[in-house]
Amino acid sequence: MSETIPIITVENLTTRYGNKTIFKNVEFSIYPGEIFMITGVSGCGKTTLLNNMIGLLEAYSGSIKIDGDDITSSSENKKLSILRKIGVLYQGSALFGSMSLLKNVSLPLEELTELPPDAISIIAHNKLKMVGLESFCDYMPAEISGGMQKRTAIARAMVLDPKILFLDEPSAGLDPSTSAELDQIIMNLSKTLGITFVIISHDLSSIYNIGQRVIFLHQGEILAEGDPKILQKDKDLTVERFFNRESVS
Amino acid sequence: MSFQIKEINPSTLQVSFSGRLDMDSVAKMWQPCLLAVTKYHPKQLSLEMKDVDYCDGAGAALIQTLQKQQIDTNGSCSIENLRSDFKNLLANESDQHAKLAAQSLATIKLNFTERLGHIGVNALDDLRDNIIFLGSLAYQLYFVLLRPKKIRWLDFYRTIEEVGPKALPIVALIGFLIGLISTFQAAPSFGQFGAQILMVNLVGLGLVREMGPLLTAVLLAGRTASAFAAEIGTMKINQEINALTTMGLNPIRFLIVPRILATMLITPLLEIFLIIFGLAGCYAVMAALGYSLDAFLNQLYQSIHTADYIGGLIKVFVFGWVIAGVGCLHGLKTSSDAQAVGRSTTQAVVSSIIMLVLVDGIFATLYYFLGI
Repeated sequence: MSETIPIITVENLTTRYGNKTIFKNVEFSIYPGEIFMITGVSGCGKTTLLNNMIGLLEAYSGSIKIDGDDITSSSENKKLSILRKIGVLYQGSALFGSMSLLKNVSLPLEELTELPPDAISIIAHNKLKMVGLESFCDYMPAEISGGMQKRTAIARAMVLDPKILFLDEPSAGLDPSTSAELDQIIMNLSKTLGITFVIISHDLSSIYNIGQRVIFLHQGEILAEGDPKILQKDKDLTVERFFNRESVS
Repeated sequence: MSFQIKEINPSTLQVSFSGRLDMDSVAKMWQPCLLAVTKYHPKQLSLEMKDVDYCDGAGAALIQTLQKQQIDTNGSCSIENLRSDFKNLLANESDQHAKLAAQSLATIKLNFTERLGHIGVNALDDLRDNIIFLGSLAYQLYFVLLRPKKIRWLDFYRTIEEVGPKALPIVALIGFLIGLISTFQAAPSFGQFGAQILMVNLVGLGLVREMGPLLTAVLLAGRTASAFAAEIGTMKINQEINALTTMGLNPIRFLIVPRILATMLITPLLEIFLIIFGLAGCYAVMAALGYSLDAFLNQLYQSIHTADYIGGLIKVFVFGWVIAGVGCLHGLKTSSDAQAVGRSTTQAVVSSIIMLVLVDGIFATLYYFLGI
């Protein structure tokens, strides 16, 4: 890593639903500008881990430091300031159906800044341009394809210029070609803006295309961590099988 | 397909199957076979499968049931000469059975006291959620009253349109019919005493003080509370609420405050419409009975006082808050399964009506002591 100070540090993280432990004592670090992937079989707790990291779900124990601030023990006000540093793309895009694409992207600026409407409009247009949707500003989410919805959601997630973007299964429900387009957009944004990407995915082609480092969650722990291409030849049979598209059960 | 039973010795029974053990044949032999084995109560049961040509899931289920029956009666069971490909099926079925058994064990593990405890904990969780919701709502309402710019005015106007003008036809129709029917029903009894003009007092006062606010609120509970629960519930399933939270926007201020303010504002207006149409229905009957408009209005003026109007308006204002609050709360509580939105919608309507009746009772007691 070119930078030595991690932008996200997860230490001894344990999460439970009732009496069921989802994962125990999970630890990892993510560095600035990195495209970091979290993978594992369905139900291994990837989205739960994401929800912990973005403050939607309280952890049972442990800490998650985002740019130096621990989101697990922050007051509501502190949490809001941490949230300003991140953007999130949800699996289903989560665009507001009653608003045009431009309005969806403008919303965080309108609500959280004192910028004049003209400035907001320019910023939102620019963000939509970055994801190749500048000519669709007045469309409603229902009028565009799933891939375009994901791109709009990325534009919205980065409208406040966050340092980190969390993407939950960005390629879910997309055809391979659209998924590859989305990967390209992520790579471009990473290169041009230096944003750190934390991507939850079990799409191996996407992991190999853009993932610089990956952790593999299995049965409540991190079974492997490293370059996805190297993990294809991992000594652990479960890891090796997963990264070679074979059944791990 | 058939089976034959042979008693090898006093403690051992042999059941020999032949032909196909498939769904059709097993359906026919299931009861007779189980009954025959039960009748003997063997210590050792031997299932001879040498002549079985085919066995599917149904055949495997029969074998497993016989095995289980033996285990339950402290006996033993052996399977003889079953072809290896059918054995695999049996192994899979057994695994499945074991899994199902484990699952059912997990579900029946809770005893009565534990279940009672779970219900209590869930009820406390619900109560805590409701208190948190009320607290957050009160804070956000206070926040936007100090900073009106922070209200989502577009949502506010859209909600006013949805709750008000679009509900007007049904409110007017129900109001007119209630006024007309109650006057019509009262006419014979009042007629016996020559006091038909007093029906205006009955219907007018009833509409202004009780029927108007309550009927408007019940109509809105069915129309608006359910719509809010469905709308917000769908947003929750689509992760839009999560998106707002992670953007640093408060979902209560963003989604719920405009809806509550709009409903509180529009409900008293709808109530006024309901009363006007109710009185029109009342007048229709009075006119048919030969009373003039002047006589009707004069009687109305004498019977209803300003305090009655204001009492009704305050009540319906609070009803509006209850309807919108309950609808939105159930929307926010929507879980993520397929039936969740439907369930939230139903709960929103039922809870709002229960809450309306409770609040109405509180108002009735309060007004009684205040002499209104």
